[in-house]
Amino acid sequence: MSKANQSKIKELQLQAEKIRKRVVEIVYSSKSGHIGGSLSSIEIETALYFYVMNFDPKNPKMPERDRFILSKGHSVETLYAVLAMSGFIDDELLNTYGHFNSMLAGHPTKKIAGVELNSGALGHGLSVGVGMSIAAKMDQKPFHTYVLMGDGEQGEGSIYEAAMSASHYKLDNLVAIIDRNRLQISGNTEEVMSLEPMRERWEAFGWEVFDIEGNNMESIVSAFDSLDYGNARPKLFIAHTTKGNGISYMEEKAKWHHGVLNEEQFNLAISEINDRINSLTEEIK
Amino acid sequence: MSEEIINKIPCRKMFTDTLVELAKQDKDIVAVTTDARGSVTLDSFAKELPAQFVELGIAEQNAVGVAAGLVSAGKKAFVCGPACFYVARSLEQVKVDVAYSANPVKILGVSGGVSYGALGFSHHSLHDIAVLRTFPGMHIVLPCDIYQTKKLVEELIDYPYPVYIRVGRNAVPNVYENENPEFKIGKANLLLDGNDLTIIGTGEMVYHCLQAGKKLHELGIKARVIDMHTLKPFDKEIVEKAAKETGKIITVEEHSIYGGLGGAVAEIVSQSYPVPMRILGIPDENSVLGTPLQIFNHYGIDSEGILATAISFYNS
Repeated sequence: MSKANQSKIKELQLQAEKIRKRVVEIVYSSKSGHIGGSLSSIEIETALYFYVMNFDPKNPKMPERDRFILSKGHSVETLYAVLAMSGFIDDELLNTYGHFNSMLAGHPTKKIAGVELNSGALGHGLSVGVGMSIAAKMDQKPFHTYVLMGDGEQGEGSIYEAAMSASHYKLDNLVAIIDRNRLQISGNTEEVMSLEPMRERWEAFGWEVFDIEGNNMESIVSAFDSLDYGNARPKLFIAHTTKGNGISYMEEKAKWHHGVLNEEQFNLAISEINDRINSLTEEIK
Repeated sequence: MSEEIINKIPCRKMFTDTLVELAKQDKDIVAVTTDARGSVTLDSFAKELPAQFVELGIAEQNAVGVAAGLVSAGKKAFVCGPACFYVARSLEQVKVDVAYSANPVKILGVSGGVSYGALGFSHHSLHDIAVLRTFPGMHIVLPCDIYQTKKLVEELIDYPYPVYIRVGRNAVPNVYENENPEFKIGKANLLLDGNDLTIIGTGEMVYHCLQAGKKLHELGIKARVIDMHTLKPFDKEIVEKAAKETGKIITVEEHSIYGGLGGAVAEIVSQSYPVPMRILGIPDENSVLGTPLQIFNHYGIDSEGILATAISFYNS
């Protein structure tokens, strides 16, 4: 049982659904977006920003802040919605997503307060996270660095260079998370290029590995609560998720890696999310 | 004409010696390398300041990404290794994590150009200027001697932009006569004045340009010689002035004839004050093998070759 009590878990679930609704709205109005992987990573980013991480949206460059890197930069819609709901950016700005010359690019950029790295090219985030974690060790600063990667992204060789260096430098202040939704743009990850045995591979690189249910808030929160940031080992969550999570007709469909909703699909998605928002709101009361 | 090598210190060693001295006073200065501490001459940095030294093994992509993370968290990171690898293997990290993400990492590419002459084309870096010029926010400097290198390192410590620095492997003759030459990133230096034609060089070529320029003066051809140490941001003003006042420009670079110094000068003069040019460098072929001086001689980019081109260009 996690340290967070049940009502906290419900609050986080409710927050995740509100973010999910905003993501669907953004993708619908912009007619563009990597929605599948955005939906699968919502609970993880919600837990990070509303439970785990230390930051101040009014002082986004605060030196002691925890760092989050979205290495799977294409799932940017969720990050933008999270940054808006955390107070880094104005919610109104989200309505410009996908418009000509919008501040909000289709992959994260540091023009947006709270974004730590311009990502989009896969296989880069973990190295940058390693650099941040080494800097924290050098200066004895207490911040932690969290890097969210895709599972398809695991094909990039640079990740394993970074993985080696993280355990070499005993970076126990670094947490990597793989959004293991098992689908990449061409289909099932194991058919495109097999990534298993993922756990054993990362353990062989010296990482402490946790398998978690990545769309289950209680599983996520209790995994973060259990971390030992002083054990000299970098940590990896293999977050088993559902691509397109929370929208019935998108779940586990590779075609929703990138997709645009029509009006009927939009209304159905919003109605499914609203039902959950209403019932969670009721439960929290 | 042979080179007069007064000192025995290569620019890479002057760079790292200066860096280690500055790093002793500033704990935020960090050196990052990839099993290249010997070739970069970082041994003393590693020995004297182990807490500010990050060894990453043979993994250039990771090294550049790690350096971006270090800088992002407040460090002054210098990634140091052979130029040929940092501007090829890790090019996407340079593009995205450094230039695009505006992380002011300093990348020291050593043994650049044809420094590794006999080792073959895998070890040559003759494309670095062309490629890096196209990355918005990336600055590029090729110092020509140890005195200029020292001044460059001092300016780099708190320089707020990403910079790629290319130096050669071997000791080179001094271009500047005193230990404290005027130097500012982005501001080219006029080495020799004259109005008959202009020779613009960068990096190790500057010495050869100057030698050729002096000889031309002896022959009565008043050549202007410019040290274009910074390829980006580019000193447009000195080039336009040279075009207007001398009417002919020769560029000389230890780089492909495509897209480097010659390209940069041509982009300016062709659009503001068109004048005839000669672009000297390595042609579009896998370079011949040999010592750098043999290779320079083969392609006509040593002082003799430059002199010959200048005379025929002047008379044309």
